[in-house]
Amino acid sequence: MSVRLGYYPGCSQGSSAAEYDISTRACCKALDVELVDVPDWTCCGSTPAHTVDHHLAGALSARNLRQAEGAGLASVTTPCPSCLAALKTADLHLAEPAFRTEVERLLGGPAPGHVDCKSVLQVLYEQIGAEAVTAKVKKPLAGLRVAPYYGCLLSRPPALMAFDDPENPVSMDALLRACGAEIVDFAYKTECCGAAFGMPRLDVMTRLSARILGAAVEAGADCVAVACPLCQMNLDLRQGQVDSAAGRAASNLPVPYFTQLMALALGLSDADACLNKLVVPLEPALAKAAARAREAAAAKAAKEAAKKQSKPAAADAAKPEAEKEASCA
Amino acid sequence: MKTIDLESSRDTAFMDAVACESGQELKSCYQCGNCTAGCVYTHDYDLPVHQVIRLVQLGQKEQALSCRSIWLCATCQACTTRCPNNIEVARVMDVLRHMARRQGKTPERLVKTFADSFLKSVARHGRVFEAGLAMTFAIKSGKPMQDAGLGPAMLTRGKLAFAPHEPSNQAKTEVAGIFDRFAAGKPACHAEPTAATTEAKQ
Repeated sequence: MSVRLGYYPGCSQGSSAAEYDISTRACCKALDVELVDVPDWTCCGSTPAHTVDHHLAGALSARNLRQAEGAGLASVTTPCPSCLAALKTADLHLAEPAFRTEVERLLGGPAPGHVDCKSVLQVLYEQIGAEAVTAKVKKPLAGLRVAPYYGCLLSRPPALMAFDDPENPVSMDALLRACGAEIVDFAYKTECCGAAFGMPRLDVMTRLSARILGAAVEAGADCVAVACPLCQMNLDLRQGQVDSAAGRAASNLPVPYFTQLMALALGLSDADACLNKLVVPLEPALAKAAARAREAAAAKAAKEAAKKQSKPAAADAAKPEAEKEASCA
Repeated sequence: MKTIDLESSRDTAFMDAVACESGQELKSCYQCGNCTAGCVYTHDYDLPVHQVIRLVQLGQKEQALSCRSIWLCATCQACTTRCPNNIEVARVMDVLRHMARRQGKTPERLVKTFADSFLKSVARHGRVFEAGLAMTFAIKSGKPMQDAGLGPAMLTRGKLAFAPHEPSNQAKTEVAGIFDRFAAGKPACHAEPTAATTEAKQ
């Protein structure tokens, strides 16, 4: 089943999060999701706008919803959780007459009607699904241990985002498992990374990101998969700052977007996966995972060979137990 | 310990304004502390979030609007998600920050500088120009070298666009118009919670 959606990239997709944009577009194409760019989109206002004024934030987002509506796009998807929260918040409050009036004053024209907004993660999980992903996997991420990090906003607050579990989201787990990865038990899935405090309060941001990276290392993860440009920047680009503030050796933990991992599994090109944009390289982790997968396969083969060799004896030994089970049933 | 005369310092207009601008019924907060328990920023706050809410309940405008906490809330939504009385706590923190801004209170100067620089970039380019924002902030913050070390990593990976990635002139004009009309002033709050917001909270 093919899906057609408006696509709102968000400002960072053109520069600091280019790999998220490229890998998202490539994965969607491979999975039959048609993305139509919202024409002439502008900034949603993100966090700074709502911390200054709710109507200002509403108007900046509403302009984009109006652009989507004008292009006949009733549903819009965005890879960025902060953009998503801004768009959904505006859409929700535009139903209030007083809010709508003030937003229309700021827009200098009519505000849009309802536009359905979803994260790319939600679209891939709900509208495509893990099974359909598995069916298209060409190079399984066998042996790769991934800590899935969702960040604050993808499923929170639940009344607004209406997606996945607010405390223990599992959508990314399912998609990456469908890609053959091993998902480690990770308790920091939704703990805040320090968000936009990297510039104004680096001390606050490094303290929070240090906990997340530390927990992922402790969980035995080869990498942390993310779905947010700001989380990615804090955990990857600023990883050196985080480790040095925590007074510890380099974590050396790659932080790819989940769409980059999916692109690899779907057998898409290097240009689509864009691994060269990551600050902490993923390749060593992939090599380690491949070696681990080979070892596991060899161990399994050896075990089977051993089983085959001692088959008559094993069959005899198993017999009484099988009989016992049968009698129990 | 600071003593507060609750009777003489209760500002009911402030209580009403917070309720109106946030659309939240703070009377239903019974101070369980769940918001604070889940807040990863409590470590950096001068007042834990449940105490900020308590100050609003008691009409203590000056204290509520002077704290650093309202500037350090990242709107991660853990509090809103976990409030047993469905109070959008993060929205209340937002509204308090709006009020503090209007009163010229900025105990976390750089947090305000960052937000202002970001929005200035949007008003000018229609979208955020990241490299420009980083440069502006580096200069305004008085900490020009803090992130200088990140430059090479970004440059070698082509993650730092030197020119803004702008929409059409028409779109830029529309965005600039939003900021102009916002600067021209807004009416006082007269919003009533509607069925849509009430429903969403349930």
